[in-house]
Amino acid sequence: MAGNCVVENRLWQAEEALPRTRLRELQLSRLRAAVARAAGVPFYRDAFRRAGVTPDAIRSLDALRRLPFTCKEDLRRHYPLGFLAVPRERVVRFHGSSGTTGKPTFVAYTRRDIETWADLCARFLVAGGLRPEHTVHVAFGYGLFTGGFGLHYGIERVGAAVVPGAGGDSRRQILLLTDLRADVLVCTPSYALRLAEVLEEESVPRGTLALRYAHFGAEPWTEDMRTRIERRLGILAFNNYGLSEVIGPGVSGECGYRDGMHVQEDHFLVECVDPDTLDPVDPGCPGELVFTTLTKEAFPLIRYRTRDIASLRSEPCPCGRTGVRMSRVTGRTDDMLIVRGVNVFPSQVETALLRVEGTAPHYLIEVRRPGAMDEVTVHVEVSPQTFSDRMSEMQALREQIVREIQSVTGLRMRVELVEPRTLERFSGKAKRVLDHRTAAP
Amino acid sequence: MKIQQLSLFLENKPGHLRAICRTLAEAGINIVTLSLADTEQFGILRLIVRDWEKAKKALEQKDFVVNVTEVVATEVEDRPGGLSEILEMIEETGTNIEYMYAFTRRLNDRAVLVFRFDKPEAVIQLLQARNQNVLGAVDLFQDA
Repeated sequence: MAGNCVVENRLWQAEEALPRTRLRELQLSRLRAAVARAAGVPFYRDAFRRAGVTPDAIRSLDALRRLPFTCKEDLRRHYPLGFLAVPRERVVRFHGSSGTTGKPTFVAYTRRDIETWADLCARFLVAGGLRPEHTVHVAFGYGLFTGGFGLHYGIERVGAAVVPGAGGDSRRQILLLTDLRADVLVCTPSYALRLAEVLEEESVPRGTLALRYAHFGAEPWTEDMRTRIERRLGILAFNNYGLSEVIGPGVSGECGYRDGMHVQEDHFLVECVDPDTLDPVDPGCPGELVFTTLTKEAFPLIRYRTRDIASLRSEPCPCGRTGVRMSRVTGRTDDMLIVRGVNVFPSQVETALLRVEGTAPHYLIEVRRPGAMDEVTVHVEVSPQTFSDRMSEMQALREQIVREIQSVTGLRMRVELVEPRTLERFSGKAKRVLDHRTAAP
Repeated sequence: MKIQQLSLFLENKPGHLRAICRTLAEAGINIVTLSLADTEQFGILRLIVRDWEKAKKALEQKDFVVNVTEVVATEVEDRPGGLSEILEMIEETGTNIEYMYAFTRRLNDRAVLVFRFDKPEAVIQLLQARNQNVLGAVDLFQDA
């Protein structure tokens, strides 16, 4: 998408354009403080001791390589709040993301963390043209998910008006968009396509909505999708990236040139590593993104492995922002899926099936996107234990599986009972997912 | 006085029913009667065959999941009112009819119905007390 700047180029904060040498000095002093803060957390205290690391032993940013990695499993093992680095009284917010089984991974924020988070979101919103006189419609779920509240606070920080549309009921969202004249839309890219579909179905005349810009995140999307959404809604669309463990939205975002997403390097150190050797990849090559939080107080993270695969480019951007640019996320190192903006692990489906049947039957998760929205069908083999001669029992079994899957994942999936031995068998790790959506960036 | 009925799960897709029937044919099994209950996605096939144990083995060898259910087969006069009279008697027992279907062939010029009841004993007792002919396997398969 290199070329010209599609909106007026404004910085929200001067730090976005810090010269690289100043940035590195700032990162170094913040890294020392972050290590000191993290040392209060048992997991890091032990890991630092094993690695022989203390805050004053960090004399350059190269010392990062001596610090331990943190994985999702580490967070899960210390459920619920083993990574909290401040006394409980200082926490003003909790959020969470889905875990690989049933329990979420919680994150926490101090007042200062919330302020930082709001500024980080403000940065990419303003980079995408947001002005205080604008109205922004947020169609992300408001709840434990960081998308809704994260964007909400960022919008208010800029001084723009928020419409907390939240999730679901597309016709109601369109009513709000029409009557409150929102200039900006925030949601998942697939939901934007869904709204465009509904507008067409309802034969809403072009120009009824006042939308001019949109900010999309929470799931991967392609340049092709950007073109389609922009054409159908008559808007300019911008990409942003984040994950709740690191802070939520606001880790990186596009500027007006839309040629990669600037990582907010004054708040996060970013590395791109080979997921097997954990060595840094060559510049510009894809690898697993690893983030270290430099300023977070309640929930500091050192070298957190995101399992997202992307590449980093350090060439200067004409916008003047000096944060390194990351590409779109092109894949995962694990088997996590993103369906309608929600993270789903096949193991969660297995947990649900275990609850229903006592044993985990053979199953296959099929993901399609026939229109705008993702559709998941879980094929479950019938077994001698589960087959009943009574139709009502078979129906009830199917419905129970749907309910358990919804309880564990938060998503309502279609369940299809299939004949035994019809799903492929594997000698090694079973391939449980068939994803028909193309995700080439 | 109950009959062993086989039931199988099958997906509502072309060829699946035929696969079951071919397996039975290869094992030399003749289907005496059957019923196919359907939903949009799947069905339950209920079969009455002469040698149900042999049929079950042959089907399980081909990885079909087979249940065996006890059902009650009774003769009914093949005239208007034949069925409603039997049903009146069954109602007296307060038993629930899970499902029912008819035999493909007639015996002694009478229709034969197959029922699954939640309380089969009570029904058998009552029907026999009213001189209704509840059939056992021997009666059913005399020329199967």
